Amino acid sequence: MNDLLEINLKVNGEKITRFVPARLNLVDFLREDLKLTGSHVGCEHGACGACTIRVNNDIVRGCLMLAVQADGTDVMTIEGLSDSGEIKDLQEEFHNRNSLQCGFCTPGMLMAAAELLKLNPNATRREIREFLSGNYCRCTGYQAIVDAVEAVGQLRNGGPA
Amino acid sequence: MKVKTPLSVLDRPNSYIGKSNPRAGARQLLEGRGVFVDDLNLPRMLHVVFCRSPYAHAKIVSINTERAASESGVVRVVTGAELVDYCSPWVGVLTHLQGLKSASQHAIAVDRACWQGEAICAVLAETRAQAEDAAALVQIEYEELPVVVDMETALDETTPLIHPELGDNLCFQREVNFGEVDKAFTDAHTVIEETFHFGRHTGVCLEARGIVAQYNPATSQLTVYLSAQAPHMMKNLYAKHFGISEDNVRVICKDVGGSFGIKVHTYPDEMATAALSIMLNRPVKFIADRYESFVTDIHARDHRVSARMALDKDGKIKAIDMDDLTGIGPYSVYPRTSGIEANQIVNLTGGPYTVESYRARAQVVFTNKNVMCQYRAVGHPVACAVGEGLVDAAARSMGLDPVEIRRRNLIPDDAYPYTYVTGLPFEKLSHHQCLDKILEMMDYEVLREEQEKCREQEIYRGIGFASMIEVTNPSPAFYGVGGAFISSQEGCTIRMDHTGGITCTVGVTEQGQGSDAVVAQVAASAVGVTLDKVRVVSGDTDVVPYGGGTWASRAAGIGGEAALRAGKALRENILEVAAIILQAEVASLDVQNDAIVDMADGTERLPLSELGRIVYFRGDTLPDGVQPELVSTRHYVPKAFPFSFTNGIEAIHVEVDVGTGIVKLLKCWVVDDCGTIINPLLVDEQIRGGVVQGLGGALYEECLYDEKGQYLNATMADYLVPMAAEMPDIEVGHVETPTTDSELGAKGVGEAGTAGAPAAVMNAINDALSPFNAQVTAMPFTPERILRALGKI
Amino acid sequence: MKSAPFRYIRANAISDVFEAYAKCDGEARIIAGGQSLMPLLNMRFAAPKALIDINGIDALSGVTHSNGSIRIGALTRFSELISSPEIEKYLPLLKLAAPHVAHPAIRNRGTIGGSLCHADPAAEVPACILALNGNMNISGPAGDRVVEAKDFFRGIFETALSSEEIVTSIDLPAIKHGESVAFEEVVRRHGDYATVGLVATGQMRSGSVSALNLVFFSVSDRPVVASRIALHLDAQPIDSLSWDTDLDAALSEDLSNITADVHTSIEAKKHLAKEILIRVLKKLVMGSKI
Repeated sequence: MNDLLEINLKVNGEKITRFVPARLNLVDFLREDLKLTGSHVGCEHGACGACTIRVNNDIVRGCLMLAVQADGTDVMTIEGLSDSGEIKDLQEEFHNRNSLQCGFCTPGMLMAAAELLKLNPNATRREIREFLSGNYCRCTGYQAIVDAVEAVGQLRNGGPA
Repeated sequence: MKVKTPLSVLDRPNSYIGKSNPRAGARQLLEGRGVFVDDLNLPRMLHVVFCRSPYAHAKIVSINTERAASESGVVRVVTGAELVDYCSPWVGVLTHLQGLKSASQHAIAVDRACWQGEAICAVLAETRAQAEDAAALVQIEYEELPVVVDMETALDETTPLIHPELGDNLCFQREVNFGEVDKAFTDAHTVIEETFHFGRHTGVCLEARGIVAQYNPATSQLTVYLSAQAPHMMKNLYAKHFGISEDNVRVICKDVGGSFGIKVHTYPDEMATAALSIMLNRPVKFIADRYESFVTDIHARDHRVSARMALDKDGKIKAIDMDDLTGIGPYSVYPRTSGIEANQIVNLTGGPYTVESYRARAQVVFTNKNVMCQYRAVGHPVACAVGEGLVDAAARSMGLDPVEIRRRNLIPDDAYPYTYVTGLPFEKLSHHQCLDKILEMMDYEVLREEQEKCREQEIYRGIGFASMIEVTNPSPAFYGVGGAFISSQEGCTIRMDHTGGITCTVGVTEQGQGSDAVVAQVAASAVGVTLDKVRVVSGDTDVVPYGGGTWASRAAGIGGEAALRAGKALRENILEVAAIILQAEVASLDVQNDAIVDMADGTERLPLSELGRIVYFRGDTLPDGVQPELVSTRHYVPKAFPFSFTNGIEAIHVEVDVGTGIVKLLKCWVVDDCGTIINPLLVDEQIRGGVVQGLGGALYEECLYDEKGQYLNATMADYLVPMAAEMPDIEVGHVETPTTDSELGAKGVGEAGTAGAPAAVMNAINDALSPFNAQVTAMPFTPERILRALGKI
Repeated sequence: MKSAPFRYIRANAISDVFEAYAKCDGEARIIAGGQSLMPLLNMRFAAPKALIDINGIDALSGVTHSNGSIRIGALTRFSELISSPEIEKYLPLLKLAAPHVAHPAIRNRGTIGGSLCHADPAAEVPACILALNGNMNISGPAGDRVVEAKDFFRGIFETALSSEEIVTSIDLPAIKHGESVAFEEVVRRHGDYATVGLVATGQMRSGSVSALNLVFFSVSDRPVVASRIALHLDAQPIDSLSWDTDLDAALSEDLSNITADVHTSIEAKKHLAKEILIRVLKKLVMGSKI
């Protein structure tokens, strides 16, 4: 029960080998073992979205996956997404519109927003609100976030912001 | 009209006052590179997990820690009795709330548990998981005691006493009586009577409470990293209760993932964590998990208010009479007390209006539920809902438009200074101006026409207004006078280094609301540098001036004013040296855009970095007797008024599905007057966030307890917080009436949105239901409550 | 909240699952998507001695269509249900319901097999399978068997599955010509478990319905087939329905085991059930006109 299991995975493009307890969940692994503290823990039952990360190109809840289940996968956290420049436009719009205050929900929110724009680049405000309805924000009241995602969608389509 | 003085920072060249610059502090948060308490790991750090009482009221008969203590990774298991030597108990009372009483509370319960979730035992281990494994093995024997959960019967003769030594279950009672209330009701043309219920709810900060405490036995220094709002207050309390010197305590607040008042209170489990670090000489970390947050974060707003309003034939309010009952937990929270919320309700109800007679009684009673205390907008949401609910009910009863009845009763804009019937001094408010503005923004007439057309199609829309006042920028009248070591003054130090860059250290703390950005903009404007040259350091009691922290919407108004004064002083120091270097008159020079310039035409004379180089490295080139000081500290405490009141108005447009009781929020408008606006973007975002938080308590959030005091919905699936899909767009407008008590003229705005939202949405729902003669007055307005009001069940 | 410790066993084939079950003496649980199980583990509401991870068993994946029947592998993720052309074409009810299940990040991992075996009475998909008269294909150490949906859901978090068995796939009939489907739920927030929900299928002809299947969810300890209402409405013109005491009685009988939840009383649930029934019938009529 307390045996450690070997996992081999890619995190933010980097090859990682570690030995982990079976019960260690993925977001705790990222935060504690790899010191990638950008993904946050808010509820540990999948409801708040603070731990949203990317596994094999899909967003998932880091608290509802075991680290051992990430063996052989490609994990991307907010740090990796930032360094690659993939969400630079989203981060800039968020910044300019103050679509974040305390910043605790922000990594998960950006992850979800990035996925939305990938799947539905012309998302309407209603669609944006529905897609992001799994990410809890207590500070902003959501509107500035919706404004930012809508603006990025338009910018990416060559339209006005 | 802005107050202009020759040196006013508001009209200096390239002033950042009123500019929506993006916050420098947001950059790291956007990349997940902030530092929250749980991100910190210190060498040899232990994790503490608390065994918590499963009962709302129980005697602790025995605690057997043997098995738990021998588990893998466990370093120590500590009971309340053992911790007493390291942490003294406290009582949450203040002298200015006369008669307020409470019982002594320990960091870890010693003899009995008084609410479900109270910490009974601490388990310290190398990992959180190990500590949780061991916590499950601590054997605690309880003897259940009678439970008090109904606030309505808490004071009955037959109800058991939670603290027999106190004589009853009454924490605090306040009664006020102004004017001639009984006569006003006898003479009234219309009397409105309502009973309002407000559901107990809580803050649900996304980052749960957290602390890492480290005691250094060699230096006797305690360092505490805390997710919190008032580090100086905690510094004092740690020293006081751990028996160590306050000067040896350092509290550091780094990034805080939301606080909203939840994190300005003293929590027993946090105190225990810090005490344990002293006991063990090792760093100790405690992070509340979500379940713990629900059962131990302070709750708020559990009130039943019975109220009456007397009006004359013209719809003018003659009197308000109300009885407020609130059921807090078994202890008044320390050190701010659990009497403040009720106190505010007594003070503030009907505050926007000219009311001649007023009578109110507030009773705060103990129960065996979780503790309650100040949470964003403290008392205002209740006071506003009561006042605005009565006004709208009166309008419906008298066939008046809700706008018209407010026109007739809002304090006229030229009536200031004005003292409200309960004694609140208003410097200068702008209720009518705000009302005019919001009607324009929402296109009120068109909405009413649409409402009519929709009704014909059996679509039921409603419009609700809430006029409000908000307490901001508190003076020592709020806490200091009651004996609390809670500072209402604020300090800011601004230092220029040789690069020409300035560093500001300030006592207000960043919670994400942008206080660092506000201070930076004020400092940059006051000194004369560009914003990118400004750094702000806050939250560290070793580094910043002695201050009060962030609460009661004080950061911009009080922290900003301290920054302004420090900036002006630094600018004077800089100009003194510049005058010497340039052989010119001080009055002929100015600091603008990172350089010394000619005041007359802005010609650049000397870059600040050059002045800095001379001052710091070539003091030999300056005349004898010249000892430049490129650093200034100023403190500011509000004096003229006990609080700086702001005012505003909210309007909400809803559509109620009368078949299901589901409320759709179509749109929201807010006009707020918070005086001088330093960064409009930050202000608007604070208002929006505040509105949504208020809507949460009005439509979704409720801490549900059963008759045994068991908390029923301690997960985020069962406790419903507002999410993006249901929230409306919120349009924000402003009126600016600066306060003359400071040069900056800024009042606070952090809580206004939350104050008015519940009232506005209640009025909107009741407006939508008016064709059915149905009304709701119990929050949260769940579909069931609406269906019952409609008589469908 | 950290899970209690457990052993982790990765199954590569279905036989691995039976082996692991046997070894662990019935104290093992399967983990598929983990979206329902992990919260239980994290909150220590469940503390199995071992978890058997079936995510690597290829035989449990895939959506295939043959002869008017769709076979959905138990490991099919909700996101796959939403993007699958077969589901869109042949099982529009599932396509209607799936977007209401939680949120995108959950749907990327959660599986249909997991949802059915977890059997939360408030879940959308069990009700759909029931309304579609699905068959659960089950494998055990003793062999394979098929359990009809109507016999599968036994109570709160309780199914016909024994402790040594695994659901491998679900068979559902493709939508027929003239068949209409509808979905409605009363929900406080998008993605939440419904306060009350209803799915329906029926053969529509000129405003009348036959072979009506109505299944309520979030009303009791399992999804509830409203057979009496269905009988009552059979061959009736539902496009001009007027509610009467007979319908009231039929609904009351169908919902005789109705239970309250932490937010909603029985009376409110009853009222909401009636309300969404009327709306669903309208939707069936509308659907048939497309």
